Amino acid sequence: MRNKGVNYAKYGYIFSIPFVLTFLIFSLYPTIFTAVIGFTDLRGMGRTDFKFLKQPFDNFVLILNNPTFRKSLGNTALIWIMNFIPQILLSLLLTAWFTTRRFKVKGQGAFKVLLYMPNIITAATIAILFNSLFGYPKGPVNDLFMRFGWLDAPTNFHMQKWTARGVVAFIQFWMWYGNSMIVLIAGVLGIDPTLFEAAEIDGATSTQIFFKITLPRLKTILLYVLITSMIGGLQMFDIPRLFLWGGPDSATLTASLFIYNQAFSGSYLYNRAAAASMIMFFIIVVLSVALFHLMRDKDEAKFRKAEKLRIRNAKKQGELV
Amino acid sequence: MKSLKASTNITKTIIYVVCIFLAILSVFPFLVMFINATRSTFQIQQDSVSLLPSKYLASNWAVFKGKSFNPVVGFVNSMLSSGGATLCAVYFSSLTAYALVAYSWKLRQPFFTFILAVLMIPAQVTGIGFYQFMYRIGWTNSLLPLIIPAIASPSMVFFMRQYLLATLSLDIVNSARIDGAGEFYTFNRIILPIMKPAMATQAIFTFVFSWNSLFIPLILLTNSKKYTMPIMVSLLRGDIYKTEYGAVYLGLSLTVLPLFVIYFLLSKYIIAGVALGALKE
Repeated sequence: MRNKGVNYAKYGYIFSIPFVLTFLIFSLYPTIFTAVIGFTDLRGMGRTDFKFLKQPFDNFVLILNNPTFRKSLGNTALIWIMNFIPQILLSLLLTAWFTTRRFKVKGQGAFKVLLYMPNIITAATIAILFNSLFGYPKGPVNDLFMRFGWLDAPTNFHMQKWTARGVVAFIQFWMWYGNSMIVLIAGVLGIDPTLFEAAEIDGATSTQIFFKITLPRLKTILLYVLITSMIGGLQMFDIPRLFLWGGPDSATLTASLFIYNQAFSGSYLYNRAAAASMIMFFIIVVLSVALFHLMRDKDEAKFRKAEKLRIRNAKKQGELV
Repeated sequence: MKSLKASTNITKTIIYVVCIFLAILSVFPFLVMFINATRSTFQIQQDSVSLLPSKYLASNWAVFKGKSFNPVVGFVNSMLSSGGATLCAVYFSSLTAYALVAYSWKLRQPFFTFILAVLMIPAQVTGIGFYQFMYRIGWTNSLLPLIIPAIASPSMVFFMRQYLLATLSLDIVNSARIDGAGEFYTFNRIILPIMKPAMATQAIFTFVFSWNSLFIPLILLTNSKKYTMPIMVSLLRGDIYKTEYGAVYLGLSLTVLPLFVIYFLLSKYIIAGVALGALKE
C-alpha cells in the first residue's frame, strides 16, 4: 500500500479534525474555564467580569470548610452505597440464576426487557412519579401499606430523613440493577464454556462453579461496573432535585445539587460552585484513571496475544519451509 | 439424584417468584401513573391505587391547557436537540473511528490513548465554565449547545473503533481507491453502510441519553419556549399543580409515552447494545 506513492496518512488527521476541534472548544475550554473561575470573585446573576482573588485558594478553602458541602458529599456517598450494595448483590444473584444451565430459566428475554426498562425512562419523570407515589396523607404507597396492614396510620415519608434517603437510593437501585445484570450476564457468556463443562464433569456444584470460576473471571467487568457506577453516582442530580429538592433538612442534598444551588440560586456564587466542581472533577479524574488502566491493560493484553500468535505462526511456517 | 432434582425444582420456583416480583416492581409505578392519569383528583384522593381506568382523561387534559405546562413545545424541542445531537454524534464518531482504523498516522496511538483518557469525564462537573462560555457568546436559550458538543463523543468513537476493527477489511478500501474513489467518498458511500448496525445501536442510546438529560438544559434554557421535555416535567413539581393529582399523572404519562414506544419497539436491540457495551473493553 505504502509503496504506491500516495500518502494516505494525512486523511487520518483530516478526519479527526471535527472531533478534536469540538473537544477543544466545548469540553477542554469549559473545563479550564471552570478551574479559572474557581480562583476569582465571579458572582451575581448574569455577571461575566471577574478579578482574581488575592488569596487564590479562598474559594476552595471556604468550600471545603462549608458544612453544607461536606454534608452533601456525605449524602452522595451514603445514597450511592445504599444503592450499590443491594444493586450488585441482586444483579449477581440474577446473573447466577440466568446463566446456570441446570436451571434453564424460561422467559429470560422478557425478564431482561422488563427489569431493564426503568433505566431508559427520564429520571426527572421518575423522581416526580415517586414523589406522588409516596404522597401524604393519601398516596399509593401509603394506601398499599395500610391495606396490607404494614402501617396503622398514613406516614409522611417526605419528612423523615432516612426514609427520604432510602427512597432516593431505592430509585437509583431500581433504575440500574437491570443494567448491571445485563452487563454481568454478557460477561459470563464471554467466559470459555469448556471451563464450565470441565467443572461439571469433575462434579462441582453450581455454587462452587459460581464462586470458583464465574466470579474470579468476572473481576474486570465487576470493577468496570463499580467504577462507572461511582462516577455516575457522584453526579446524582435529577432524582434528588426533583424528588424533594434535596430535603428534608438537606438529607438528600447531593454534591451536584449543592453546586447547582450555589451557582443558580440565591446570590449566584459561580466562583464557589466552580471550586466545588473542581473538587468533584478531581475525584472523578482519579476514578477515571483507574478505569483507564483497566481498559488499556485489556486492550494491550489482546494486542500482545495477537502479536505472540503472529510470531508463533510465522515461526511455524518457517519450520515448515 | 432425586434429591438434586427436587432441590433444583425448589430453586427454580424461587427464581420465577423473584423474577416475576421484580418484573411487577418495574411495571407497577408506571401502571399506577397511566391509570391515575384517567382518574379525577377526587377519585385519587379517595383511593390512589386502582387497576381500573376512569373517564376523566379529558378533564385532566383541560386542567393542563390553562397552565404553563406545554408538552408539545417540550416534545418538539427535545426532538430537535436529541435528534440533532444523535446525528452529529453518530456521523462524526464514525468518521473519527475510521480515521483511527483505516489510516496509519503518527499520532494515531496517542490520539486513541487520549480518547480512552477522557472517556468518562462528564460534562456536568464543568457546567459552570460551560454556562459562562455559552452566556458570553449568546448561546443560552438556544438548542445549539445541546447539539454541537455531541460531535466529540469519546465513548462512541471507542465503540465504533472496536466495531470497525472487527468488521472492516482494508481490501474494500483499497479496491475503492483503485476504482478512483476519493477518501471522503469512500467513507460516505462504502464505510458508512457497513457501520449501519453499530450506528443504529449507538443512535438509540445517544438519543435516549440526550432526551433524558436535565442538568445542562436546566442551566442554559430559561425561556419557556425553549424548554426540553425534562424541564417541562420539572414544572409538574411546582406549586401550580399542588392539588391537581390527575393532571400531574397525565403530564408524567405524556413524557413517558414516547420512551415506552421506542423501548418496546427496539428493546431487543437496546438489551443487545447494553450487553455489547460491557464487552467493549
